[in-house]
Amino acid sequence: MSILVTENTRVICQGITGKSGLFHSQQCREYGTPLLGGVTPGKGGTEVDGFPVFNTVEEAVEKTGANTSLVFVPPPFCGEAIMEAADAGMELIIAITEGVPVFDMVRVMEYLKDKNSRLIGPNCPGVITPGIAKIGIMPGYIHTPGSVGLISKSGTLTYEAAWQLGNVGLGQTTAVGIGGDPIIGTTFIDLLELFENDPATESIMLIGEIGGTAEIEAAEYIKEHVTKPVAGFIAGKTAPPGKRMGHAGAIISGGSGTADEKIAALEAAGVVVAESPADMGAAVQRAIEAAK
Amino acid sequence: MKIHEYQAKQLFREAGIPVPEGIIAKTVDEAVAAFEKLDRPLVVVKSQIHAGGRGKGRFKEHPDQPGVILARSADEVRENAERMLGSTLVTIQTGPEGKQVNTLFVEQGLDIAQELYLGCVVDREAGGPVLILSTEGGMEIEVVAHESPEKILSEPFSIHTGLLGFQARKLAFKLGMEGKTVRSAEKFLCQLSRFFIDNDCSMTEINPLVITGEGDLVALDAKVSFDDNAMFRHKPFDELRDLTEEDPAEVDAGKADLSYVKLDGNIGCLVNGAGLAMSTMDLIQHHGGEPANFLDVGGGANVDQVSEAFRIILADDHVKAVLVNIFGGIMKCDTIVTALLEAYEKVGFTVPLVVRLEGTNVDIARKMLAESGRDIVSANDLTDAAQKVVATLSS
Repeated sequence: MSILVTENTRVICQGITGKSGLFHSQQCREYGTPLLGGVTPGKGGTEVDGFPVFNTVEEAVEKTGANTSLVFVPPPFCGEAIMEAADAGMELIIAITEGVPVFDMVRVMEYLKDKNSRLIGPNCPGVITPGIAKIGIMPGYIHTPGSVGLISKSGTLTYEAAWQLGNVGLGQTTAVGIGGDPIIGTTFIDLLELFENDPATESIMLIGEIGGTAEIEAAEYIKEHVTKPVAGFIAGKTAPPGKRMGHAGAIISGGSGTADEKIAALEAAGVVVAESPADMGAAVQRAIEAAK
Repeated sequence: MKIHEYQAKQLFREAGIPVPEGIIAKTVDEAVAAFEKLDRPLVVVKSQIHAGGRGKGRFKEHPDQPGVILARSADEVRENAERMLGSTLVTIQTGPEGKQVNTLFVEQGLDIAQELYLGCVVDREAGGPVLILSTEGGMEIEVVAHESPEKILSEPFSIHTGLLGFQARKLAFKLGMEGKTVRSAEKFLCQLSRFFIDNDCSMTEINPLVITGEGDLVALDAKVSFDDNAMFRHKPFDELRDLTEEDPAEVDAGKADLSYVKLDGNIGCLVNGAGLAMSTMDLIQHHGGEPANFLDVGGGANVDQVSEAFRIILADDHVKAVLVNIFGGIMKCDTIVTALLEAYEKVGFTVPLVVRLEGTNVDIARKMLAESGRDIVSANDLTDAAQKVVATLSS
């Protein structure tokens, strides 16, 4: 078992005729993901590298039976693309696009309220269930099948964690990058709940960063609801206040959202927090040991 | 993107949000002329920099001179403007290096009955914009939030309708406003919420927002910043950008689509991904070093961008060693090495370079590095990389 991505997953890519969209669709297909085609308005009826292209998501769903959309649409149009996917009944929408305006995401989240779609991202590496399917931009080979549920705000730091987990002999059930933007579709708490209820997941690794309060809420949730061992890491311990560190969300303002505050909250919830980014794999091992 | 107070107030004025009458001055003579033109018994002369705390701030060159002053005569304006223009203002938000004041804003003085705080932000938890109002005008809102949170009212509003009249009245009555002031507040708050939405603001802060002796609300200060990601639909705002307020290296990095923040240490970092870049800084400190910068080359950087990144890092003469940490996903490791070797030629590395690579095409990349014949230190993992780069400084 795993979460989000299963044997029934059927994927299309919105923005498949763009450079990144096509490259990563090819990579996903090579990994074994059932990526059945894509959408680019105005290019319907054509084909790119064997992928059929449709004008609308609705048509793509009709023709391919897709239930998951991977979104590579450029920032100005990305919000609308997500809404189109939801309107077409996609169960899972994974938005990779970086740089979506905040208010566009506010509109998207309002639109999704009465839809049955789950959104991951935007500005995220996507989702992978190792050995089953990869829906995103992560390098497939660094993820090995296993028992750890991996949740992360950061892309390359997820890779680092997956790599270290593999090196200590722990793979992942599913690894999910939730994205570092201020407004995102799926939160730490949503995924903690899914991993807690997934029988194959035996432990959880949560990777956060400075800015906002999502990690503190996650810590409260873990304390109340998570019975499995949890390890954590917070990036940006040495980041100066008031400076935006790449992610729109990663900024310490008014002394809140610091790494220390988040680490304290996680530790108070019984989470084993990695001392450095090199310690993430070992921290999961310690969390599992401590729970024995 | 941040803008100056006088620019924010101009936008407020266009949006029908009441502001005091004011004139900008770039020279002492212009400041005096502004005083004459305003023709008021009292004016306020305000330094224009992208940082708060100006009233309490002092100039490096004139330690007794505040960044904001009241003046009652042309001579007073002249004397103060002479000390302020071209001098460096240090406030709680500028850091010890301060910021040079190139522009003054000369404004009519107001008859102030009460000072309030007003802010608008996008609240992650509410998933939308929120208006924040407090009786504690003139104080740092973070301090108020810490010491007397009950004095802060907040009201989420829809991005479709803006703050509705009843929401504004609710806030006004809670703050004890009466009669004409309630009507003025309703108009002010609703217009400000629309301004926030229509312009893709990421933050709008009016501190203080004043109630005049007449009972009207007026924005005495104005701090506005925009969502950089939405600037493609607000082209005219490009002109409001003041590059002298930004670090030149950060501006260059922005042009190359790199995310760069200068720091105080001496180990330059080139990393892909914001989270990994922050973690790399953390790790360097963990092993006793000090990072010179945060630099995220992003997910899909090409050879030109990477060369530019090296150029920016090496242009900082505090940099005594460079650490490259790449976990290739979209970014292929061989792209980084190609750029790295090119930059090595072009820019000329005079400091030790430690490289840690993992991810897509790592084998090709490592082979290229090994065969390059360059004096580049290879690291196996994160810890190894941090230890090696710190060690180059002590040897």
